[in-house]
Amino acid sequence: MEETLATPSETPRVNYLNARYGLKSWLLTKDHKRIALLYLGGVSLFFLLGGIYAMLIRIELLTPKGDLFQSQTYNKVFTQHGIIMVFFFLIPAIPAVLGNFLVPIMIGAKDLAFPRINLLSWYIYMLGGILTIWALLSGGVDTGWTFYVPYSTNFSNTYVVLAGLGVFVSGFSSILTGLNFIVTIHTMRAPGMTWFRLPLFIWSHYATSLIMILGTPVIAITVLLVALERIAHIGIFDPRLGGDPVLFQHMFWFYSHPAVYIMILPSMGVISELIANFSRKNIFGYSFVAFSSIAIAVFGFLVWGHHMFVSSQSIYAGMIFSFLSFAVAIPSAVKVFNWSATLFRGSVSYDTPMLYGLGLIGLFLIGGMTGLFLAAIGLDVHVTDTYFVVAHFHYVMVGGTLMGYLGGLHYWWPKISGRMYPESWGRFAALIIFVGFNLTFFPQFVVGYMGMPRRYHAYPDIPIWQVLNVMSTAGATILGFGMLIPMVYLIWSMRYGRAASANPWALPGLEWRTSSPPPTENFTVTPVVTWEAYEFAPPEELKVIGKLEPRDRADYPPDYPAYTES
Amino acid sequence: MAEGHAITHEGAGAQREHHAHAALAHHFDNLEQQREAGTIGMWVFLVQEIMFFGGLFLAYTVYRWQFPAAFVAASNHLNVRLGATNTIVLIVSSLTMALAVYYAQTGSRRNQLIFLLVTMALGTTFLVIKGIEYYDKYRDHLIPGSLIPGRPFHWDTVQHPLPIGVSEHNLEMFFWIYFAMTGLHALHMIIGLGILAYLVYYAYKGRFTPEYHAPVEISGLYWHFVDIVWIFLFPLLYLLGRHLEH
Ligand code: HEM
Ligand SMILES: [Cu+2]
Repeated sequence: MEETLATPSETPRVNYLNARYGLKSWLLTKDHKRIALLYLGGVSLFFLLGGIYAMLIRIELLTPKGDLFQSQTYNKVFTQHGIIMVFFFLIPAIPAVLGNFLVPIMIGAKDLAFPRINLLSWYIYMLGGILTIWALLSGGVDTGWTFYVPYSTNFSNTYVVLAGLGVFVSGFSSILTGLNFIVTIHTMRAPGMTWFRLPLFIWSHYATSLIMILGTPVIAITVLLVALERIAHIGIFDPRLGGDPVLFQHMFWFYSHPAVYIMILPSMGVISELIANFSRKNIFGYSFVAFSSIAIAVFGFLVWGHHMFVSSQSIYAGMIFSFLSFAVAIPSAVKVFNWSATLFRGSVSYDTPMLYGLGLIGLFLIGGMTGLFLAAIGLDVHVTDTYFVVAHFHYVMVGGTLMGYLGGLHYWWPKISGRMYPESWGRFAALIIFVGFNLTFFPQFVVGYMGMPRRYHAYPDIPIWQVLNVMSTAGATILGFGMLIPMVYLIWSMRYGRAASANPWALPGLEWRTSSPPPTENFTVTPVVTWEAYEFAPPEELKVIGKLEPRDRADYPPDYPAYTES
Repeated sequence: MAEGHAITHEGAGAQREHHAHAALAHHFDNLEQQREAGTIGMWVFLVQEIMFFGGLFLAYTVYRWQFPAAFVAASNHLNVRLGATNTIVLIVSSLTMALAVYYAQTGSRRNQLIFLLVTMALGTTFLVIKGIEYYDKYRDHLIPGSLIPGRPFHWDTVQHPLPIGVSEHNLEMFFWIYFAMTGLHALHMIIGLGILAYLVYYAYKGRFTPEYHAPVEISGLYWHFVDIVWIFLFPLLYLLGRHLEH
């Protein structure tokens, strides 16, 4: 074989981190890896802010009486929590940080197709964030993250336009990211990297990008119309003009249901990597998992009406949306079954990323199943706008997206930073987060089913309700502390962590065939792909992950050229 | 610019063409790949645009269906002659844009410049005519809501009695949709003119050759798309149901 990969040296002389120094080299960078780190900074900041709002909510709900906030202040707190978490954390987190870093590397490209647009998308994201923070500092907004009209257009006297503008602007950053991914995956795959050799992370990001392209413009125009309606006192949702507020809900959910898949699909991609790689097995049913991502992206656009069962939608429309919502659970379930089947008889190791991976399967299962409860019209009428819904979407968004994000961050941290995180602290934090999460949100299913409505600062003085809420607040406290642990040790490890080898997990993917951290152009030579995704050596040769020695490279197909020591 | 060049790897860019074209970005292997990326990128962007306009087309459809009489009455206040002229202007501009692309491909700098400039002139003509139409609406108090402070929407019911069952607000709704859609379209025209100006500058400098002309082609796609949006807007806003009145 002529074209071989250079052996990735364990300590690369020049990598993307030390290639250049200085603030300007970061703020004007066109390197997708540096832009990913810029996003990591932004996203972490918003996550922290959203987290503070979450704690305020939980403190208020410790007691039935509204003793911390007045009702309007409380409305602002949960609105701002929702807007920041959804639009500025959950949606960009995995694609813009991990996707940005890994999509080009995993397909063997030097960068995304449009590096300048990639940088622009970060600036747009930050601009949107600043507009939103400006709205918060000026006095906040209280409409809920859903901006429902006519409250948001005709009645609310808070900073709806500014916050809406923030959401509008930040939407374009996700459109540009999606555009970049689609083009890159189509045109920049390395020789031999056929579609069915792509890691599943890439498939799920492709599907996510489709939703970003098709859905985000709709929310953009919708929010723009709300803003214009407020500014010019006229608009197409205004009932006084014969307008229809329910049209707003259609347009909002046409985006916002698919948006939940923008959040979960990348996470599913991460988990597919984790499960296959930490079981050291090819994923069970590769093409099923790949196509289920596309199926989710497509069917996700057909179910928005399940958010509107009680909004005057016709009963027949409701029945169709209910049926389609059940249908969309099928591709999600396909993934869960395939992950479980992959684990079966794998040589599973329980490093931190895998703990998050396994945690995700369990939590997403609960979140997804309760989604089916909600998709059943009769049941939904009972629990709509209660804490049951709140628990459902936190199980899928925190249990799904956040777990995937953390798992992926740990898994690729050696590649990103060139350093290992402390493994025992990692496992400890993963455990704390899992426990804290369940303690926070499981009680909400119960209290929601009992009828506790969402979005109120006070609730009736029913002892069991308060017990459940206290549990929830206690859980949130544990979860909050749990989240601080990785934040601390990841930053610590950037300086003091053990230097990572090129391939600390002994895996076959392309990203592990370049040094940690990679050089600016990712590979020293354009790689030629001759292996299938997740192609592991026969089980008898497998080694335990974590105790890797150089000769363990025999894990690879013996004739594989990349690691023949030169 | 080019962090990639700050470091030199042995064998970096082994697959790159040996005498790489000056316009070839560092992360592409060859101009063909770069052109393909640009083209697909523009198509994806246009899909995004369709969804963006789609929200307004949806609103139009819903309310046209709900208030047919009001929409016919209000639509009769649009100036079909100016609208039709603009349609022709844009169709011709699509032709001249296509010719500009052709001459970029065949490498005629002079003709390329001529047709880019003609396209710009036609685009500007469109915007001027649109401006005249907007001014007429302003004069007739047909600008909805408080978009123009102190000049609220007012329908002259003496000259144009309201059709049965139609309220002034429904007419106002039509004009709101009209301004939203044509305004968004005009914004795209203005951006298009900006892109054309950029092309003219580089065409003047002789940047585009039969070997490298992707920017002209890709901008052409955008220009045609903006034209096509108008091809839908014109009948929907100006023509539909016209024969029902009088
Ligand atoms: C298994 C597929 C799923 C089904 C069938 C489903 C079903 C539903 C239904 C019917 C509702 C409306 C409940 C109501 O308002 O009464 C709902 C709410 C919600 N779901 Fe899901 N869901 C699924 C997966 C997901 C995922 C993966 C996410 C996010 C990652 C998600 C996020 C949300 C959110 C944020 C809401 C609440 C929106 C709000 O009113 O503020 N869902 N879900
Ligand atoms: Cu939904």
